[in-house]
Amino acid sequence: MNYRMILYTIGWVLNAAGACMLLPLICAIIYGEPVGAFLVSIAVCMVIGICLTCKAPKNKTVYAKEGFTIVAFAWIIISMFGALPFFLSGTIPNYIDALFETVSGFTTTGASILTDLDVVPRSMLFWRSFTHWIGGMGVLVFLVAFLPLSGGGNLHLLKAESTGPSVSKLVPRVRSTAKILYGIYLLFTLMEILLLLLGGMPLLEALTITFGTVGTGGFGIRNSSAVEYSAYIQIVITIFMIACGVDFTCYYLLLNRQWKTALRSEEVRTYLGIVLVSTVLISLNCRNLFSDFAEAFRHSIFQVGSVMTTTGFMTSDFDLWPEFSKAILVLLMFVGACAGSTGGGIKVSRIIILLKSIFKETKIAAHPKSTHQITFNKRPVAHETVRAVNVFMISYLAIFAGSFLIISLDNFDFTTNFTAVAATMNNIGPGLAGVGPTKNFSGYSDLSTLVLTFNMLVGRLEIFPLLVIFSPHVWRR
Amino acid sequence: MMNIILVGCGKVGQKLVEQLNEENEHNITVVDTRAEVVKDLTGQYDVMGVIGSGASIETLEEAGVEKADLLIAVTGSDEINLLTCLIAKKAGNCQTIARVRKPEYHKEINLFKEDLGLEMVINPEQAAAREMARVLSFPSAIQIDSFSKGRVEILKFRIPEDSVLDQLRIMEIGQKLDCDILVCGVERGEDAFIPRGDFVLQAGDAISIVSNLKNGNDFFKTIGIKTNRVKDTMIVGGGDTAYYLAKLLLQSGIHVKIIEKNLRRCEELCRLFPKATIINADGTDNRVLLEEGVEHAESFVSLTNIDEENILLSLFAKSQMKGKGKLITKINRIAYDEVIRNLDLDTTVYPKNITAEYIVRFVRAKKNSMDSNMETMHRILNQKAEALEFKILESSEVTDIPLESLHIKENTLIACISRGGKVIIPRGRDMILVGDNVIVVTTQAGFGDIRDILE
Repeated sequence: MNYRMILYTIGWVLNAAGACMLLPLICAIIYGEPVGAFLVSIAVCMVIGICLTCKAPKNKTVYAKEGFTIVAFAWIIISMFGALPFFLSGTIPNYIDALFETVSGFTTTGASILTDLDVVPRSMLFWRSFTHWIGGMGVLVFLVAFLPLSGGGNLHLLKAESTGPSVSKLVPRVRSTAKILYGIYLLFTLMEILLLLLGGMPLLEALTITFGTVGTGGFGIRNSSAVEYSAYIQIVITIFMIACGVDFTCYYLLLNRQWKTALRSEEVRTYLGIVLVSTVLISLNCRNLFSDFAEAFRHSIFQVGSVMTTTGFMTSDFDLWPEFSKAILVLLMFVGACAGSTGGGIKVSRIIILLKSIFKETKIAAHPKSTHQITFNKRPVAHETVRAVNVFMISYLAIFAGSFLIISLDNFDFTTNFTAVAATMNNIGPGLAGVGPTKNFSGYSDLSTLVLTFNMLVGRLEIFPLLVIFSPHVWRR
Repeated sequence: MMNIILVGCGKVGQKLVEQLNEENEHNITVVDTRAEVVKDLTGQYDVMGVIGSGASIETLEEAGVEKADLLIAVTGSDEINLLTCLIAKKAGNCQTIARVRKPEYHKEINLFKEDLGLEMVINPEQAAAREMARVLSFPSAIQIDSFSKGRVEILKFRIPEDSVLDQLRIMEIGQKLDCDILVCGVERGEDAFIPRGDFVLQAGDAISIVSNLKNGNDFFKTIGIKTNRVKDTMIVGGGDTAYYLAKLLLQSGIHVKIIEKNLRRCEELCRLFPKATIINADGTDNRVLLEEGVEHAESFVSLTNIDEENILLSLFAKSQMKGKGKLITKINRIAYDEVIRNLDLDTTVYPKNITAEYIVRFVRAKKNSMDSNMETMHRILNQKAEALEFKILESSEVTDIPLESLHIKENTLIACISRGGKVIIPRGRDMILVGDNVIVVTTQAGFGDIRDILE
């Protein structure tokens, strides 16, 4: 275990966190809000960060276990320090609640314990949304792209932080891959900001909504989320939510004019198919709630996109929708977005592989000696990948069950507890009933809040990095 | 910045990935049919992996052959290497390097090199054999690397006990021994230095000197090291390397005895080398070696395909020869350099390292500018330093200025200037002129141009 390198990288994570807080600090200065909390937080991050990074370790090798450990700790630590501004400024007086809010931001969940956003300083709202943007593509992807963390082991960092069953590079170098990913991400961000400004939205609001959308987070700036926005703005948000749930590799292929390969992607096709079918079903089911079918369709696609990409904005309180529509939305929570996107959930590619495994097993049951190869994108899937997907699913269910049991101690109803775990573990934000779109998570006890915080990290990092740090094998030399 | 596709991730392929990756500015894609090897390499180095046969156009396209600058084919099969290069040339517009080992192809290589559009053909076995033949012609040296078409050599040898060089300052060599040579590297234990003038040599150091043939000979005579080449050699293992080595040695009149256990191969060797003695026996059997008189052989070369066997054979020969004969051991695969060094095996030759040297030189020479051209590159001092030969094509910041006024990087030495057939061991007032061949020794990595020596 290369402890020096782990500390060094975490030092850089803190430096980056400190640098990121400069933006809300500027925001606070512009709006004449108190700056003390940000100044102190930046100072704390920078002092510790610079201490850890002043001397680069001689041995910069990062093996798989260091990769997992660095990623897990980087996320825990950036969340702990990212919560400081909320706590120090008194916006969220309970540190555990502040941690929940920050983790919710970095993991692009969007679940909140704040009851009234109108009284929260705008710089705090900005920081809250900005954490979505940082967490969306990943903290370490950013560091790999722009910092001197040389060494072949960087791929392990990228693998541990990126989403999906198998992570591959776009170009031979990890650094270039990370830069391309951030380039596309930035492009989407700028495009959406521009389109929102054209829709007449004030700059601060356009920025926060954009961070929430492209990071597929879901923190808004108004208590009513996206209900009060014009149809134009809602459509813009819908498009960008769904676009950011697509595998970013696809955009890279499109930019390189490899149309065929990009459009052939099995995962993206399935993803778009699911979005379309669910939208049609829901619009038919809840047509009576709206004045005409077009309006029903608009609200349905917004909600489907918002839940499936695990963003969590809303244009209409879907807790009041018919049961069938709610059932579809809850199922979509689990499906999640594409691998390699900024969204969460189980991921479409894993669902495809799991379904294909079922077909394979039934075929083998009928013809015990037949051979069958699971394919994905017309390529054989390595047995190892299938195994990893299966184990992922089991661990997912186990953690889900455990968390569900613990938070049931708070004695809320079944729907509330079930969707609370689903909404945090899949990084969506709002659930149903007591944690529905117009409600929030402030009712839970500290223990439950911590469990849900853990769930969000587990969901974002796709379980294993967090489980690995609890394994004694990793810590032995 | 070059886009490089490497087909074949065997021993040589892995060594190449390691070394090209160290250059730190190339986009490397590796291709192999074995998924586990590709996975291993992509996990260890910053390279992309594609699984498939390099001779398939689909695989090559996936590896990005249209944008590639260079394709290196080093799979185990000559045929696949050649086919891969041919296809790559058609599918993209890249330069190609193929490894071709079989003597039957290699003999006619120039006939089809152009038709296949090959930039370079490497033959590790032949290159290794050349290196062995050089050392056998001067058995007191551990390693000999030649520059400027053989006019200049860097020789490595160990200072014996009670030598005049023991406790001598390097700057005193010139006056005291009246020799025009330059010490460009010293290895003591695990450390390697590029020494300054006040460095004190000790018995047991392995030192590398730069000189031309004549001055080198004079120097060794002065310090009392014998310089005559071996008269006979015993080779165990009759593979391709043995073929190339025997051919070179027989040409210069050295008697060759090859021990090979495969009868058909023995007959083939007999036909190819009527002058050589071919023994059909298992060379790993010590009675065979004793029967063939290993204790009287002047040199012993172990060239079987199993590294461990080669090491044991050499150690056995060493014990029988009682320190008189020359030993050469071929090591193909194993990576325990430190352990092997401690065994004191005299000369060890690593074909994969030689191949990597050739290709790294090619890659570096390709990206550099117009004013100088890298012609040769060898790794010396146990791979810890590089000796590079540059041809100066145009005037630049380094030309026409006395060396003492140049700000040269630390641990970098201008070891030799070769001008119109004359070899100059440079002093402070000498200058680099256009048209010179300059040999630079450095522990810094990645020099591709003569101007890289400057701070």
